[in-house]
Amino acid sequence: MHLDPHPNLTSSVIYGLGFLYLVQVVMNLFWTARCMKAGNHQRLPSVLGGGDVPVAMWWGMYTALLSMVMIAHFTGYRNPEAFSLLLPDWFKGSVDVCVNDPKLFFLISTLIFAGIILLRKTLATDTAGWMLFNAATLFLSLSLTDWDFRQIVGKPDNVPIVGMLFIVGFFTWLFFKKANENDRRIEQGLRPLEAENNEKVLVWPDLVYTELIVMIALTAFLFVWGVLLEAPLEEPASSVKTPNPSKAPWYFLGLQEMLVYYDPWLAGVVFPSTILGGLMALPYIDFNKKGNGYYTFNERKFAISVFLFGFLPLWVGMIVLGTFLRGPNWNMFGIYEYWDVHKLEALNNVNLSEYFWLYGLGMSMPVPDATSSFGAQIATIVWRELPGILVTLGYLLLLPSVMAMTVFRNFAFRMGFFRFMVFANLVLLMAALPAKMVLRWAFNLKYLVAIPEYFINI
Amino acid sequence: MSVGDYIRESQIWKSVFRHPAPYDRRNRVVVMLTNFFLHLHPVSIKQNGIALSYTWCMGGITFFLFLVETITGVLLMFYYRPTLEWAFNDILALRDVSTLGVMREVHRWGAHAMVITVWLHMYRVFLTGSYKPPREFNWVIGVILLKFTLLLSFTGYLLPWDQLAIWAITVGSNMARATPVLGHEGPGFQLLNIGGYDLITNASDARFLLLGSKFVGEETLNRFYILHCVAIPLAVAGLIAIHFWRVRKDGGISQPL
Ligand code: HEM
Repeated sequence: MHLDPHPNLTSSVIYGLGFLYLVQVVMNLFWTARCMKAGNHQRLPSVLGGGDVPVAMWWGMYTALLSMVMIAHFTGYRNPEAFSLLLPDWFKGSVDVCVNDPKLFFLISTLIFAGIILLRKTLATDTAGWMLFNAATLFLSLSLTDWDFRQIVGKPDNVPIVGMLFIVGFFTWLFFKKANENDRRIEQGLRPLEAENNEKVLVWPDLVYTELIVMIALTAFLFVWGVLLEAPLEEPASSVKTPNPSKAPWYFLGLQEMLVYYDPWLAGVVFPSTILGGLMALPYIDFNKKGNGYYTFNERKFAISVFLFGFLPLWVGMIVLGTFLRGPNWNMFGIYEYWDVHKLEALNNVNLSEYFWLYGLGMSMPVPDATSSFGAQIATIVWRELPGILVTLGYLLLLPSVMAMTVFRNFAFRMGFFRFMVFANLVLLMAALPAKMVLRWAFNLKYLVAIPEYFINI
Repeated sequence: MSVGDYIRESQIWKSVFRHPAPYDRRNRVVVMLTNFFLHLHPVSIKQNGIALSYTWCMGGITFFLFLVETITGVLLMFYYRPTLEWAFNDILALRDVSTLGVMREVHRWGAHAMVITVWLHMYRVFLTGSYKPPREFNWVIGVILLKFTLLLSFTGYLLPWDQLAIWAITVGSNMARATPVLGHEGPGFQLLNIGGYDLITNASDARFLLLGSKFVGEETLNRFYILHCVAIPLAVAGLIAIHFWRVRKDGGISQPL
């Protein structure tokens, strides 16, 4: 008999998934009960005969469906070949097409970010949140039937990242739920909810007991996690056997991803320092006095949108990309795709100076004369890279002034010159990553400024 | 008299805790003032400031994880020698030889969790606007704590001395080569030279400072071990103390004005 070395389903996978469905059944049972208590009804569209049905009915039906799926897993695990609850190939194929291309991945994560902000009123309700959570768990459970997906998501060090996605999603949802509520109150001239019933209570017992419970729960959680999932230990270190891909620890993978677009001096040194410096500068830049000590979105639209853009698509999104989608030779792979070492991706990126001199003017590139003086060589290099140097200087020096006179007039006025320049440059440096991505994808642009002689490539 | 009361009335108990059991209002105040561990807290506090849905408890959880890491870390140090000969084998032995082997798992997952909770803590502090005056500087201290948390995790990543470890650190530290002026492949490193001799070479640049050698080797292991077990934890502990002190001095957890 021919044995598939990479089986999508094995008995233990099916059996294990049964427990994942069990969790979903239990949590949806609770939810159904909650809906029944609330007693909300929903009007059916007229095609279905109009009439009111209790909302709990839908959840009851979904729970019943999940129970059947669960029973199928617990009874059918002995015969994995015959088990048919798998993700269909067309589905895997279409998901992979969306995620194995950095362009689409970035586009989609930006759209999700925009969707979160624009649809915040709809998404941050209990029902929508629960539906999203269910969708995510179901997606995870179904995806786990794929061998390649299990390889990458099941790496011990990657498990926390999957958890983090759920947690970040939850807290983002929670934020918008509370912010919406306060925004509504503020519109009506009320104070934010945090200001209501704000009596002083004794720290013992009110806070101390909460802390104690959290500590016990966390300790238990860590031990259970520790027993269930063994910490990774690979082969002993060898400085000659370079693994492919070689990845930094997961929390730095967003930074490592920047290396695709920028040289190490920028991606590895200047940008990380800017992130830290920018975060430290943040309280001194944000002059908006509102929104201190309570959740709100409307009173701080700009600040929150920028921060969320930095945290969700750029930081968390790039970590996901670097961890789950970057494979051998730093190529992009779909989540259901085999990490093939031989996958080839053509790279023929062109520098701006080459575009300018070779293609634009049809001339040859200015070459510094090795026998001439140091100053003359520098002059030739600067001349050669002039277009990119002008673009870069324009971006960092001219653009802030343009911003100050147009969209950010109000900001510039209230911040003063120095503070505004710092603010504008931080925003522009944050935008530098998506900007370069787009240039790369649209024009195969390698470097705006290419001075390999002095390691100054931008 | 019940056994519990007998114990609480004893001279030993009283000498340790310095106050009667916190059963009534008066003693619940006294306990906060007289107990070393509890004096971090005020005696009374605004109800909405300690709501879980407000703080997400993330700062507290981060602090607790730091304590867990300290305790499990000390236990691990009993079983671990930071040398090329032993590092890997000592970790290997933790799996099946040492009774406290699960400490490695708790330590590693706790470290991942701490990185995540410190981000979430920052996320919440941002979203409640708690960095606004008068708390600007505590936010700055927080950012430094964030950096140290990542460095703690990074330096610890090397210690198992397996393939995962050295290559992650190699990739991570290669960046330092490209530090402007101070890295031997960084822009402008040629600026630092005396009479035509470069001061910045692969044996004197920022990366060398970090690794203690030209590549990730035994010197690096030693350096990271000391950073991980002594230097950074001390710095973090000091900063956390200041961070907490500032939370109190800046008026407690932020509330609507
Ligand atoms: C090791 C890391 C850290 C620990 C142990 C820690 C711990 C704490 C704790 C226990 C609180 C009390 C309120 C709460 O639990 O939310 C707090 C408040 C605060 N933290 Fe942190 N923190 C850390 C890192 C950070 C970071 C990374 C930032 C921001 C960049 C930050 C900024 C603040 C600010 C501004 C407050 C006051 C919040 C308020 O009054 O609402 N901290 N921190």
